[in-house]
Amino acid sequence: MAQVKMTVNGKEASGDVEGRTLLAQFLRDDLELTGTHIGCDTSQCGACVVHVNGEAVKACTMFAIEADGAEVATIEGQANADGSLNVIQQAFQDHHGLQCGFCTPGMVMSAAALLKDNPKPSEAEVRHYLDGNICRCTGYHNIVKAIIAASGQDVSAIAAE
Amino acid sequence: MYNFDIAKPTTIADAVQALKADEAQPLSGGQTLIPTLKARLAMPSTLVSLHGIDEMKGVCNDDEGRLCIGGATTHATVMREAKDDYPGLASLAARIGDPAVRNRGTIGGSVANNDPSACYPAAVLGSGATVVTNTREIAADDYFKGMFETALEEGEIVTEVKFPIPQAAHYEKMIQPASRFPLVAVFVARFADGVRVAVTGASNNGVFRWSEAEAALSSNFSADAVAGLSVSGDEMISDLHGTGAYRAHLVGVMTKRAVAALA
Repeated sequence: MAQVKMTVNGKEASGDVEGRTLLAQFLRDDLELTGTHIGCDTSQCGACVVHVNGEAVKACTMFAIEADGAEVATIEGQANADGSLNVIQQAFQDHHGLQCGFCTPGMVMSAAALLKDNPKPSEAEVRHYLDGNICRCTGYHNIVKAIIAASGQDVSAIAAE
Repeated sequence: MYNFDIAKPTTIADAVQALKADEAQPLSGGQTLIPTLKARLAMPSTLVSLHGIDEMKGVCNDDEGRLCIGGATTHATVMREAKDDYPGLASLAARIGDPAVRNRGTIGGSVANNDPSACYPAAVLGSGATVVTNTREIAADDYFKGMFETALEEGEIVTEVKFPIPQAAHYEKMIQPASRFPLVAVFVARFADGVRVAVTGASNNGVFRWSEAEAALSSNFSADAVAGLSVSGDEMISDLHGTGAYRAHLVGVMTKRAVAALA
């Protein structure tokens, strides 16, 4: 066992982990931050996307020890300080960007990473960026719409399919 | 996963030392290795993480005008930092996996693993790059030895890859959408003294140079020059995604498209 310390959503967190403990397991099992979902456990689905030092990564494909000393952001830290939904989360609600909700934490974290680098993405750029996030309800259309809306762009041009 | 220890050296020398332990194995971005460990296809006692070795990170130019990329440099970094000097390479890096994978996966890991369908080996071989390790420099033509096989010795680490920069290059990738690996992809690089064509995703022997196409394109750089050429499907990968004959066909199509994009 090795001790790891990291900052998760602005708060200090630490714990003892095995070499094989994945960051996703540490967040869920040790810190009880179960918003980071494990959908496939094979790096395909993106439900476990979190930010490590500001970059989107799949928490199921990184060891907790590798995040030692890092700044980690998860879905639990995304809401505004007063507890209200942030712009992306609110847009997902407004545009019905979730059905069963399982992929949503990863979608929101990926969307946040995209908008940080590319504040006004085109629809094609959003779809391309979401390559690694799978929605098992196949509800991509409204997810894309929500992200475009969160970027402050007009969504009326995106046809309601 | 079986359990293991993780060592986190901060210098190449310390990493080499840590790799001398029994059943020790390097861990770079882990985007292939971690799924492999989950499937219990590997059982190291120690993983030596290369992620904290700053001297193995970054993109720079050397005195010979080559673009030098540290082994622990992520695909996302190459995508951003190679854009001006070597746009063909940056474009390849930008299409590996997905954004989260590109933030972890590294060039050194890809080149050391030599997956027969990986993207980077096509650029390394297609550019005639030099693979630098902790002990020596290996020309790309001598480095790739077959499916998942390279010239690397036990405990040897890819510390850097040095790319001569061609006049123009294009990577044409027929994506396999579930894995986002290429089904077949072709890297065409045009240098002042000739053209190199490297093919990934197709052969049972891993990445290879299509020498007939290179000869034809070196004398006439146009899609027509390769229109009559074909490769045999006998040595090609055949699986549920495509037969060897289909992959052989794609080699021609991808090459033509790559040349057309540059012509």
